Parts: sequence; C-alpha cells; structure tokens
Amino acid sequence: MAFLPVMLWTDWLVWLLVAAIACFAFYVRRHEHLVEPWRRVLRSPSGMTSLVILVIFIVIGLLDSVHFRPRLAGQPAGAKAAYAVDVLSLLDVVCEPLRLRREKTYSAPLATHLFAKETMDLSDGRQVRDYPRLRHGGAHLKNPETDFAPDVSRRAVWGFAAGLVAWIVLATLIAAILAHRHGTGINETWRAVWRGETEVPWRAILTTLLVLLAVAGMAIALAAKYHLLGTDKVGQDVFYQALKSVRTGLVIGTLTTLVMLPFAIALGIIAGYFGGIIDDVIQYVYTTLNSIPGVLLIAAAVLMMQVYIDTHPALFSTSAERADLRLLCLCVILGVTTWTGLCRLLRGETLKLRNLEYIQAAQALGVRNPGILARHILPNVTHIVLIAVVMEFSGLVLAEAVLSYVGVGVDPSTVSFGTMINSARLEMAREPMVWWSLAAAFVFMFLMVLPANLFADAVRDAFDPRVRSARPLALLPRTAA
Amino acid sequence: MTAYIIRRFLYAIPILIGVNIVTFLLFFTVNTPDDMARMHLGLKRVTPEAIEKWKQERGYDKPVVFNTAAPGLARLTETIFFEKSLRMFVFDFGAADDGRDIAREIRTRMWPSLAVALPVFLVGLAVYITFALMVAFFRATYIDFWGVVLCVAMMSISAMFYIIGGQYLVSKLLHLVPISGFQGGVDAVKFLALPVAIGIVSGLGGSARLYRTFFLEEISKDYVRTARAKGLSEAAVLFRHVLKNAMIPILTGAVVAIPLLFMGSLITESFFGIPGLGSYTIDAIRSQDFGVVRSMVFIGSLLYIVGLLLTDISYTLVDPRVRFE
Repeated sequence: MAFLPVMLWTDWLVWLLVAAIACFAFYVRRHEHLVEPWRRVLRSPSGMTSLVILVIFIVIGLLDSVHFRPRLAGQPAGAKAAYAVDVLSLLDVVCEPLRLRREKTYSAPLATHLFAKETMDLSDGRQVRDYPRLRHGGAHLKNPETDFAPDVSRRAVWGFAAGLVAWIVLATLIAAILAHRHGTGINETWRAVWRGETEVPWRAILTTLLVLLAVAGMAIALAAKYHLLGTDKVGQDVFYQALKSVRTGLVIGTLTTLVMLPFAIALGIIAGYFGGIIDDVIQYVYTTLNSIPGVLLIAAAVLMMQVYIDTHPALFSTSAERADLRLLCLCVILGVTTWTGLCRLLRGETLKLRNLEYIQAAQALGVRNPGILARHILPNVTHIVLIAVVMEFSGLVLAEAVLSYVGVGVDPSTVSFGTMINSARLEMAREPMVWWSLAAAFVFMFLMVLPANLFADAVRDAFDPRVRSARPLALLPRTAA
Repeated sequence: MTAYIIRRFLYAIPILIGVNIVTFLLFFTVNTPDDMARMHLGLKRVTPEAIEKWKQERGYDKPVVFNTAAPGLARLTETIFFEKSLRMFVFDFGAADDGRDIAREIRTRMWPSLAVALPVFLVGLAVYITFALMVAFFRATYIDFWGVVLCVAMMSISAMFYIIGGQYLVSKLLHLVPISGFQGGVDAVKFLALPVAIGIVSGLGGSARLYRTFFLEEISKDYVRTARAKGLSEAAVLFRHVLKNAMIPILTGAVVAIPLLFMGSLITESFFGIPGLGSYTIDAIRSQDFGVVRSMVFIGSLLYIVGLLLTDISYTLVDPRVRFE
C-alpha cells in the first residue's frame, strides 16, 4: 500500500459525532413534531447564512480528520513497507503546495521579498545588503517591481471570475431542483428567490455563497503563486496554518460537549427525578466542581496531564499521536469544567416534569423508572441539551486561544489559533510590525465564532418555548404605550 | 435572617472541604511526587539523589495520607495531605519554588489586581446597564436590531484581540499611555487607563445582550401594562419600574464576581505587565510551580464560595419576596 491509514483518537470521535448527527437527522425526519422547530431554523435568514459558512469550516475540518502515513519512497519492491513518521491528512494533500513551499523566515502577505534584509553575494563577488527574493512567493515574476501589480490584479480578476462561474452553475442547479420540487417553471422560481418569497431564505443563502465563492476563487488563484497571508518565523505559509487551525477549533468546540454530555444528562436527570439523598450528592459534586474557577482547574489539570505525558513517552508511537491525545485530554478537562451548568438546567427541568400528570400516569401504570427516564423525561429535555451544545461552541473556540496563551492549551506542535497568536505575539514590538499571523488568526476565529453565535441564536429561538412565547410581547411596537 | 446567613455559611464548609480534596487528588494522585521531580529536573539523567533532594526541599518526601513511621497523632500530621492540603485552611501555603512565602506574595499582589478589576467591574456595570436599557427602550426598531448585532459581533471577537488591538492603537500609534507596566500612587492612572478601558469594552457584547433580555422579560410583565394603562410615559415606565425590577437579576448575578475581583484577570495582567495575582498565576503555570497553582486554586474557590454567600444575602436584601427558609 502507498499509505498507512491512521485513526487518531479525535478522528474516531469526530466521525462518531458525524454518524450520531446523521442518525439524529434520520430519526428527526420521521417525526413531524421534531421537524417543526428545525423548519423554523431553516426559515431564519441569519441562521441559514451562518450555517453555510459553518459548513465550509466543517468540510475543511473533516478533510483534516482523515489521517495517514505515506510510504517512504525509494524502497526495494517486496521489502517490508516503511512509512513516514509524519502523519498527513487529506487537507495536507489538497494543500500540498502550501505546505511544502517554505521560505526562510517572515514575509508579508503577497510579498515577493523577505521581510528582513540580508547580506547577499552578487555574481561578480561584491556583497550587498538588501531584501532577498522569496524562494516561492512570486518566484515566477521576472521583474517584481513592474510585473507584480498587473500579475496580482490579473490573478484576482480571474479568481473572481472563476468563483462567479461556479456560483452561477450552483445557483442554476439549486433553482432547477427547487423548480422541480415545487412543480413551477425555472423563471418563476428565480423570481421567487430574487424577491425573497421562498420559505427557506434562498436569497440570503445564495448571496452568502456568491461572496464565499468569489473570495475563495481569488484566494486560490493568488495562493497558487504567492503566500496569500505571508509566512511566519520559520517560513511556513500562514494561510495554510489558518486552514489547519480550523480543525483544532472545531474539535475543541464539539468534542468537549460530546464528552461531557453523557455525564451531564445522566446526572442531571437522575438528580431531578429521584430527589432526596441522590439529589443532594449530585448537587454537592457539581457545586464543588463549579466552585473552582474554570481557568485554574483547567490549568491544574493540564499541568498534571503534561507531567504524565512527559514522564511516559513510551505510550506514543508518533508525535502526532501525543499531540492528539493531549488535545483530547484538553477536551475532557474542558468538559469537566463546563458540564455543571447543563447539569443544573436539566435537574431543574426534570424537577418540573416529574410532577406533571403524564409522568404520574406512567408511574401509576407501572412503568419502571428507567423506562420513564428514557421515554418520557429524556425526549422532553432534548431541546435544553441542544441549545446548550450550540451555545457552548463559540465560547470554547475562544477559550482555546486564551488557554494556549496561558500555556495550558493544545500541544505546541498542534496548529491552532491559540498557538498562532502565541508565537506571533512576541513580534509585536518589531518595527514595522509583523501583523499578518495575528490578523489571520483573529479573522479566521471571528469568521468561525460569529456564524456559530448567530446559528446558536437561531436554534435557541426555534427550540426554546420561553423565547417563543415571550417574543410577540417583546416585539410589540413601542407606540402601544 | 441571622440564622439563615449562619446556615448558608455552614453549607459552604463542606464545599470548601470538597474543593480541598479535589485539588489534593489532582496534584498528588495523578502523578507521584517522583514524577513531578523528574519533570522539574529535566527528564533524562536524573539521579535518585537529586529527586530526593527536590522532594525534601519542598516537603514532598513524606507519605501521602498516613505516616506509619511517626508516633501518635504525628501519623496523620506528618503527611503530604496534612502539610500541603489541610494547612491551606489557615492560609499557610508554604513557599514557592523561588523560596518566597506564597501567602505574603498573595497579600501584596492582590492590590494591583484589584486596582484593575474594580474599576472594570463598577464602570462596566454602569456602561452595560445603560447600553442595554437604551437598546430595550428602542426595542423592535433598527437601533435595537443593530445594537444586538453589535453585541453579537463583539462577543465573537477574542479578548486577546481587544488587548493587542488596543495596545497597538492607543500606545503604539497614538502614544497616549505606556504599553505596559505598573506604578503605585497617582502615576497608576496612566498605567491603568488602557487595561480598564479594554476590560470594559471586551465585556460589553455579552453582558449588554444578557441585560437586554432581563429588561425585555420585565417589560412583558403585567405590572408594566398596568403602569402604561395608568398613563405613565414610556420613560417613566422604563426607568422607575422596569429598571428597578430588572436590577435584581443583574445585581445578584454581579455580586458573585465581587470577591473574585481580587484574583484579577490572567491575560489582561500578563499583557499589561501588572504585578497582580493574575500574572502571578500565569508565571507559576509557565514555570510549573505546583505549589503556587495549588494555592491559587484554593484561594479562587474560597473567593467564589464567599461570592455565592454574598449572592444569597443580597437576594434577601434587594428582593423582599424572598423568605429566609
């Protein structure tokens, strides 16, 4: 085989999550009362716009979650296959040029020359001190001073045009499908989309796609020959690092809630349903854990985990595995510190449900407690769990950056927004400033967290009965006074 | 009411003991002191003598919970659990790795932390309430819509961006205040202005949005309708009735944070070079000074529990509907 597939721990969990979401979607589709709130999400323009952007990030993250070790070249046929030590992902293959085109050190976005002056030997033996040309960025230009601007603008225009063409194809396809589904003509469908009369806000979705595809087209066209966002201290492409950071952010945002979910649900429901001493014990446990300030508990736990990992190096065969396990541990630790809030909410809700007639009826009919918990309580608290999961995501992505700065975040070898900021921070004092690493990390983080927040709002509005009932009153026009 | 407060106070004790046990388990059972010593001294080529010396210097050379070699009561007191964990209840934290007394460091470093955190807390509360009230006043208009959009956008920006961006803009481009540092006395204002401003701005999005929902919840209640029916103006309804009632969740939510103000903020203090407890913690984490981290965990929890206690008391003070049962 030309490669050895590698499933890291977080890969397993990521794909498990994907499978779980698929099963959940399948289940929801067959139950009309469960579909209804999701329809409300589908109708929300801000929610759907955010979802489109999030899907792009998720695709990047999933591509980055298929890992393998390539076979070393130059081995005799028939010999026992030896594989490279570095673990690559599908995203690395897609972005191979970005990964391999390393410069010497810093260079600004779209630069053709290095950021710092160096002493160079000319061919006639003289020495000059100047900015050397980059090995890869803009290397195809014969005369950078004159060729640079026309080349960049030509590439940008072509990239934009390619994005536009892709968008037209995609939009036509969507319109054709819509027309087919509703049994209307394609022109009518277009008109309905254009006027925003469709049930699903297709106009907003298509506008988002247009912007995304145009930007992506330009980015790809420019990244082919330049370092779109510059290079960092060791000459790595910042754009590539930003793409790699996406997976770390997603993993922390989703797996943290995934690992804490079973505990929070089980303990919360049990505490609320049984009451008495069980309730007291569970309340005591979560109050105690909640009393320790989050950052400090995480710091203490990560420090201890670090000692364990460093004193047991034999447990990991590659450095990627070690970094990955550390990422997973971070998720678990973050989960331990964040499950208390959800647990308390679930306990309160179960306390309310327990006294309702239908639960009493089930008890009177002789349904056993586990049956009541699973069939009657759990389905009725799912909306709380769902809201908590989506609300938590953005906070966790932001927390990762802070934790990595404090020194208790991901492994230094894992590319993440936090490690990018952390390594770029020291260059702030430089004159002129090396700003592109920081800017790239912050912009990507913002682009990921803002849609996540908006999507979470849309989900909460659709699922929280309290918000729904409060809304008509809250939105009463002021002139009512 | 005294009985109520005493009961709440007693309830805090088992939690504090729980915190103590959790920290103990975390620091002494996940890894043995030998592991910690090896880590600290560098992983390779560590002699057993060096490990013993390291443990002895820090008092880690005793049995964990029960000392069979010691006589009488000393069987329990001559242990790591007693020396390192139980002693924290009387604020005896021992010495840091650099030999300084941790309790003394905490006492001197909490004031700079408070100097940053207290203005952020007080001015921030006023700013957030004003902003939220304004947005609620203009509810269901474009001002409301864009106000909420602004809040969500500000929530989505990393706190570190505010700090780095603020330092760059105010200190580096405009040269208004020094980039970082700290000084006592009147000069402190110069150093504190930027961290305080940034602290307020970075909290605006989340808090203002939360407070807005408190206001809207109150606005949809019956007594507001009654007030309007009496013919009160919208401003009178909002400022005289809604503000007062919405202050209950806002204040009780804020009270829990008051004791924690002593702890300061990790990243703000580290970026601005303020010698408070936040930067003390960061330095300890980076140099893997387990003693300091353990003490900070304990102090932080203690302050949080005090905050919970204050919250309970403040409930009974501001809301006459709450009974002491």
